[in-house]
Amino acid sequence: MKLYHTPIHLLHQQRQKGQVSTLEIAQAVVGRMQATEGQLHSFLSTYPDRALEAAKQADQKQAQGAQLGPLEGMPIAVKDIFAVPGTRTTCGSKYLENFVAPYESGVTGKLAEAGYGLVGKTNMDEFAMGSGTENSAFGPSKNPWDLSKVPGGSSGGSASAVAAGQALAAIGTDTGGSIRQPASFTGIVGIKPTYGRVSRWGMVAFASSLDQAGPMTQDVTDAALLLNAIAGFDPRDSTSAQEPATDFTARLGENLKGKKIGVIKELDLSVADPAVVKVFEANLELLKKAGAQIIEVSLPNIAHAVATYYVIAPCEASSNLGRYDGVRYGERSAEAKNLLELYEQSRDQGLGPEVKLRILLGTFALSAGYYDAYYLKALKVQNLIRAQYKAAFAQVDAIASPVSPTPAFGIGERAGDPLKNYLADAFTIPANLAGIPGISVPGGFAGQLPVGLQLLGEHFGETKLFSLAHAFERELDLQKPPLAL
Amino acid sequence: MQFEPVIGLEVHAQLSTNSKMFCSCANQFGSAPNDQVCPVCLGLPGALPKANHKAIEYAIMLGLATNCQIRFDSEFARKNYFYPDLPKAYQISQFDKPICEHGWVEIETKAGTKRIGITRIHMEEDAGKLVHEGQDPNASYVDLNRAGVPLLEIVSEPDIRNSEEAKAYMEKIHAYVTYLGICNGDMEKGNLRCDANVSIRPVGEPKFGTRTETKNLNSFRNVALAIDFEIARQTDAVLDGAKIVQETRLWDGNLNQSRSLRTKEDSHDYRYFPCPDLPVVRFTPGLVESLKAKLPELPDQKRDRFIQEYGLSHYDASLLTVNKAVSHYFEEATALGANAKAVTNWINGDMARLFNETKTQIEDSKITPAALAKMLARIEDGTISSKIAKTIFEGMFQTGKDPDQLIDEQGLRQVSDEGAIREAVMKVIAANPGQLAEYRSGKDRLFGFFVGQVMKETKGKGNPAVINQWVKELLDQG
Repeated sequence: MKLYHTPIHLLHQQRQKGQVSTLEIAQAVVGRMQATEGQLHSFLSTYPDRALEAAKQADQKQAQGAQLGPLEGMPIAVKDIFAVPGTRTTCGSKYLENFVAPYESGVTGKLAEAGYGLVGKTNMDEFAMGSGTENSAFGPSKNPWDLSKVPGGSSGGSASAVAAGQALAAIGTDTGGSIRQPASFTGIVGIKPTYGRVSRWGMVAFASSLDQAGPMTQDVTDAALLLNAIAGFDPRDSTSAQEPATDFTARLGENLKGKKIGVIKELDLSVADPAVVKVFEANLELLKKAGAQIIEVSLPNIAHAVATYYVIAPCEASSNLGRYDGVRYGERSAEAKNLLELYEQSRDQGLGPEVKLRILLGTFALSAGYYDAYYLKALKVQNLIRAQYKAAFAQVDAIASPVSPTPAFGIGERAGDPLKNYLADAFTIPANLAGIPGISVPGGFAGQLPVGLQLLGEHFGETKLFSLAHAFERELDLQKPPLAL
Repeated sequence: MQFEPVIGLEVHAQLSTNSKMFCSCANQFGSAPNDQVCPVCLGLPGALPKANHKAIEYAIMLGLATNCQIRFDSEFARKNYFYPDLPKAYQISQFDKPICEHGWVEIETKAGTKRIGITRIHMEEDAGKLVHEGQDPNASYVDLNRAGVPLLEIVSEPDIRNSEEAKAYMEKIHAYVTYLGICNGDMEKGNLRCDANVSIRPVGEPKFGTRTETKNLNSFRNVALAIDFEIARQTDAVLDGAKIVQETRLWDGNLNQSRSLRTKEDSHDYRYFPCPDLPVVRFTPGLVESLKAKLPELPDQKRDRFIQEYGLSHYDASLLTVNKAVSHYFEEATALGANAKAVTNWINGDMARLFNETKTQIEDSKITPAALAKMLARIEDGTISSKIAKTIFEGMFQTGKDPDQLIDEQGLRQVSDEGAIREAVMKVIAANPGQLAEYRSGKDRLFGFFVGQVMKETKGKGNPAVINQWVKELLDQG
């Protein structure tokens, strides 16, 4: 197995046994990154020197007899939504093309404490709005399984980087499925933790009440290791949860016997690609065979999740993105002759069409006379959805569904059809609305394209969720076809 | 037709916390532009607000002091609009769940005591400032030092009926925030600012008229002037058959007039919604109780104590206690043995007049409470008369000199020496034989003439009681 296709926890074992140096690992990943980046465009900026330097330091430390942490010196990619001093943080937007934040995000601060090597900052849909990285102002990333397909989004650059071995792992963010869907599209593991589990400090806001950062990794164990590193209370984020520190790897290795897996009665699989349904059904069979019970749970309001989300998220976004006004930083129109023109032209020139669309949606929904009908009503539905998930988790350990109704779609295939794009988020959005954790694990293939299985857990139930996903991963033991490169 | 004005005030008080409302930047006035800023108050991407607990406590304290109900599920909301001094393009404020509601304060005017309702008190952050003088004359500059400074907005019920009440209400709010020590109360520095909502209606009409909002009232005087201006403007308009337009007006303190800023049609739709970055403001009833227990003596309590302890009238005591510094001044002077009523009269009389004339306030006073007490002692012990005291007081006000020094410098020591006064009386009698004859033929009222002449002769320094005594004795002798 190539070093760059080896999960971090295995590489860590190998280097502890002296079988490989961290520098060799980093060189392999950086080499792979440089060899394939021209075709994939996973990154908006790359930092091979940082990655190699971190690896050298890890080797030195090991040579001095120190015990290394699992992430020390490991080349990891970070979505270009996180502020890292000395790097541009573009958020996929022309508006922030040259923005260098003078502060460090909570997530990358914790990764830095763990000794990671930043290999690059990954491509994404502008301000995390999209599901294929096609809304990036800097062009789309490609799916390493089929270069004519998207890697998913909005954390598509992170997904293609991990799938292709350009980074051993990556961090993404998930507001309506932006970690899980690209993980599914690229055959990797991605988890959206419980809202509040990971600090949002220094992470450019899209929809503040739904945004959550999480790991995108080669396997479940790596995901748990990375979440160990980035989770935890951050006093700078008032929505960060004061949960005690947990070892998310604690229950890895448990089996599925007697575990209760819920399937949603109201889940409309008729909208899904038959190949996706086939993988999902096979996954359920496997779970049963491994001793799990499949139990039907009812979530009657799940049908309203997409509509609810596409009110709440644009409302918050319309407010969050007001600051990109041409006054203090980022894009500023050179032709503006007065204040109004400065606002209009800077925003018009700096922001892309999908972002403008969502700002308009949100501005409309929050306007006087419409607030009660849209935003307030959406909050009420959100509360119902939360309550219904809570009730469901009294019966089951996890709820299973496909991640996305389709495998990766073709680049340009959904252009000009926002509604189709939005409806494709139907399976992932409920977890964001409910604030619960959701993980995407590779479940199979539809032809050459990976298809993920989604497991949702209860609030702060990530440890159990990892244990279930890990057992599933082991039972499935998926044999992957070769990548396109 | 007779009209009744209906007035409500929105007062903004900058809190004197060490740090800003949502970040740890210093809350300080007078630094170099953009010296007190950080990613949070600059609204940089990914920066998040964190509510200042001290500011929340201050809000609760003011709510308790003004008889409000305190909310245990208060919420921050975003008020969205674009302006270069607003870095996030929204102000974090409160909307439908303010921290304090349904309170009242009492004001004192010449017409008596009146209760003014407080609709709500909510927390918010201040905006930055635009600077229009800089290198490039065609550019405006943005200073964000003030952005994020904690504010309380205190919204009154439309219970105010004239500018005197409005001024008294504003003074009372000033009293509360300064007594509580939660705001420096320096209006020149913008610590306390006010917007006035004014409408008029025919007397007896139960419905409100169309209101206007006048912004930028940064002194007690401007509050009164702007309200009088607006009442007159609206009355003229209605009498001319015109309709009042709902609008926002801006007060110009130099021209003493307001002008229209924007009408309802182009007013903002602020698109308020709960701020997703900040959880519901949670605190325990225990915190409220402990803040209540720690409240200092408040203006009305102090007023009642002054009435009891010093025998002052309700009106006098209200006047003294509506300004914390004045009440301290009073208590310092009386602690040195000065007569409370006399101190009150001097503070509310000559001193208030001089402050008014010189546009200064008690903090600027060159007369220390000890000097005032000493001057009053000199009246008591007969060194000067009350009349001469007025001259001395003015001298003290201007120079800050000790009253004894001024008395000596200007030779104003009262003459009580019986010999000297007797001599002066005899001199006056001798110089006015005609008046003497008239007096003695029964024209009693000439007595005052002789007293006046003797006062003149002693250059005003003669002790009035001794003069009276000798004039009577010598006139009646013959």
